[in-house]
Amino acid sequence: MRQDPAEQPPAARRPTVAAVLSLALATAVSPTAWAGGDPAKGADVYDKCIACHSPSLNRIGPRHQGVVGRTAGGLTDFAYSPALKKAGFVWDEARLDQWLTNPEKLVPGNRMGFRLQDPAQRADVIAYLKTLK
Amino acid sequence: MTNTLIQPRGFDAGRRKTVLSASAVALLVGFDALAARTAKAASSDPKKDVGILNTALGLEQEAIGVYQVGAESGLLSAGTLKVAVAFQSQHKEHAAALEATIRKLGGTAVAAKGKDEYAKVVMAAGPKNEADVLKLAARLEKGAANAYIGVIPSFSDPMLAQVSARLAADEAMHFTALQTALGIALPGNALSFGG
Ligand code: HEC
Repeated sequence: MRQDPAEQPPAARRPTVAAVLSLALATAVSPTAWAGGDPAKGADVYDKCIACHSPSLNRIGPRHQGVVGRTAGGLTDFAYSPALKKAGFVWDEARLDQWLTNPEKLVPGNRMGFRLQDPAQRADVIAYLKTLK
Repeated sequence: MTNTLIQPRGFDAGRRKTVLSASAVALLVGFDALAARTAKAASSDPKKDVGILNTALGLEQEAIGVYQVGAESGLLSAGTLKVAVAFQSQHKEHAAALEATIRKLGGTAVAAKGKDEYAKVVMAAGPKNEADVLKLAARLEKGAANAYIGVIPSFSDPMLAQVSARLAADEAMHFTALQTALGIALPGNALSFGG
C-alpha cells in the first residue's frame, strides 16, 4: 500500500482531476442560484465571514444588520473604499451573489477581495443575511 | 483529550526568539523580490493588492487586540496565557510583514484601532471562563484561515496569493491547537476551510 499520494501513478490521480473539473462546471450554474437559500445553513456558512464581519459590529468589514436593502457603502460610521462608497446600488440577492462570487468584478477597487466559491453556500448565506434586520 | 496541548512546551517556547527573527527575515526577503517584480509586471495592479493587504492587516490587528484582551481578562491559566501570547506574537509578525509589503508596494498601512474596539469583539462573545476565551479564539482563527484562502484569487500578483496561503496555514495551525486543547473534534470532512 502506498501512503503518499504523490507516489501514485498518474492514472490513479485522474478521477481527482475529473472531480475538480465537474466542480468548476457546477460553479458555473444559473445566475439565480441564490433563490431559495436556507438561512439556517447560511448561519454556518457565515463562519467564513466572521473573521471580518459581525451582524452588529463594524470590524474589518461593515456590520451586516440591515444590509439587504441598504445602499452599498451606505453606513456613515464605516470607512469604506472610495470604490464601494460610490457604487450607487442597493444590496439585493442578485447583487450580493455577484459580490460574493467576485467582488472585484462588481466593484473594481473594493477592499474585500473575499470570494465564496460554492453557489449553494452563497444562496444560504444570502438567505441568512436577509434575517439580520 | 485533555488540555495537554496547551502547554508552552508544545510550542517550543525556548526557541521562539530565533525562530521568530529567521522567519521574519525570510518573509521580508521574499517581499523584496516581490516588490521589484510587481513594479515590472504589467498584469499586476499593486493598488488593488494594497487594498486587500490592508484588509488582511486589519484582521491581524484585531487578532492581536483580541488576544491582548483575552490575556488581560484574568480568565486564562498561566500555561494557556503563554500560548495565547505565543499566538499573538505570530499575529504581530504577520502584521509587521503585511505592513512592510504594503509600504514596498507604495501604499499606506492602516492604523490599528483603539483597544476598546477589540474589547467589543470579545464582549460580544461574553466569555465567562478559559474555555469560552479559547472558543472565541478558535472561531476567529478559523475565520482568519477562511479569509486568507478566500482572498487568494483576488490578488493580481501570484506571489501575494502564495503569501496569503502561508498566512492561512498559520491560522489553521492555531485553530487546530485550540480545538484540540478544548477537546473539540476537528472537522470530519475534507475541504472544510476556505472561501
Ligand atoms: C477578509 C475580510 C472579509 C471577509 C472574510 C468578508 N468580508 Fe465582506 N467586506 C470586507 C470589507 C473590508 C468590506 C468593505 C469593502 C470596501 O469598502 O471596499 C466588506 C463589505 C461587504 C459588504 C458590503 C456591505 C455594505 O455596507 O455595503 C457585504 C454585503 C459583505 N462584505 C458580505 C460578506 C459576506 C456575506 C462574507 C462571507 C461570506 C464576507 N463579506 C466576508 C471584508 C471581508
